[in-house]
Amino acid sequence: MLNFLILLILMFSLVTALFNGKMDLLCNQLLDSPQKAVELTVTVGCSICLWSGVMEVARQSGLLRFLSKFFSPILSLLFPGIKKDSPAAQAVCLNLAANLLGLGAAAAPAGICAVSQFQRACLDPSVASDNSILLILLNTASLQLIPTTAAILRLQAGSAAPMEILPAVWMASVLSVTTGIIAAKGMAHIANAKLPSHSKIIRRENA
Amino acid sequence: MSFLSSFMIPFLICLIFAYALTHKVDLVSAFSTGVCDGLKIVLNMFPALLLLTLTISAFRSSGALQLLSRALETPAAALGIPSPILPLTLLRPLSGSGALVVFEDILTQYGPDSLIGKIASVMMGSTETTFYTIALYCSAANIKKSRYAVPASLCADLMGFCASVLAVKLLIN
Repeated sequence: MLNFLILLILMFSLVTALFNGKMDLLCNQLLDSPQKAVELTVTVGCSICLWSGVMEVARQSGLLRFLSKFFSPILSLLFPGIKKDSPAAQAVCLNLAANLLGLGAAAAPAGICAVSQFQRACLDPSVASDNSILLILLNTASLQLIPTTAAILRLQAGSAAPMEILPAVWMASVLSVTTGIIAAKGMAHIANAKLPSHSKIIRRENA
Repeated sequence: MSFLSSFMIPFLICLIFAYALTHKVDLVSAFSTGVCDGLKIVLNMFPALLLLTLTISAFRSSGALQLLSRALETPAAALGIPSPILPLTLLRPLSGSGALVVFEDILTQYGPDSLIGKIASVMMGSTETTFYTIALYCSAANIKKSRYAVPASLCADLMGFCASVLAVKLLIN
């Protein structure tokens, strides 16, 4: 899916540039993009390293167990087969908590750790499991309680009430996350009905 | 507001470190172990980020973004999304920094307290950079087949965009 989309976007861009006469710009931008990717990786990577360190300290001190107790009712509902207090459950909790607080950089290492744990319990770790996909989906939807970036930019643009958007953001977030969860559960149902052997993988998934 | 968010990170780090020390954790070695794990994640995610950056810069520089926005005006109008918002909805799932630039443009051009400014703000607050997140997680966890991750996330995004328009019109206009 991702492979196909990337090719589609690139070919569409090529054709558009051909008709727009923007071939030079396109070529320059393409050659520049590895450098941009390095910059992005360094920016994101530094904060991932920092928060991985903090996360490991929190894990070793047992602080994450509190968190997983707090989230456990939602957890067992969303992620079937997840064991309480397992490393995967703790990482999922940390990921959700960091997302709610708006610490996107801290959420990433925790989420990646959880997905890796989910995948390790699969028969084929290179195929995303239903639990992994649901966690990725929760991270592609914005769970952030207070949209700080949008509010700060509004303030800078001279808004009289930068936080006025709050109730609307919550409503839109809830609707979008719910739709995503329903879509993921529905698609999982269809995919697993087609591949009966796959349901065995899901049952094994209890890291 | 910005005080609260800048207070939270130092406070959280201090709290976690203090808790660890009182529970006899070797702070330095635990932190180092974590950072090493983080470095492995960073190495794993670089190839996917490179490919994604390449695709997005092609999409933006070729004018394909503007072309697609214009083509989608009619179906978007049916969903209630105003046409100045369209470039934002197309770029938002792909690139965080790109969407931020478009968002700032909308704010300066239409004003943050106009209907369009409000809808754009709610969209920025209630959605995430979907493709970037999927690429990041899949490459860092060595997933080759993402199965239905993309369509399911796009369902959530589409709902997020429509709900943003609806929520602004219902709640704060």
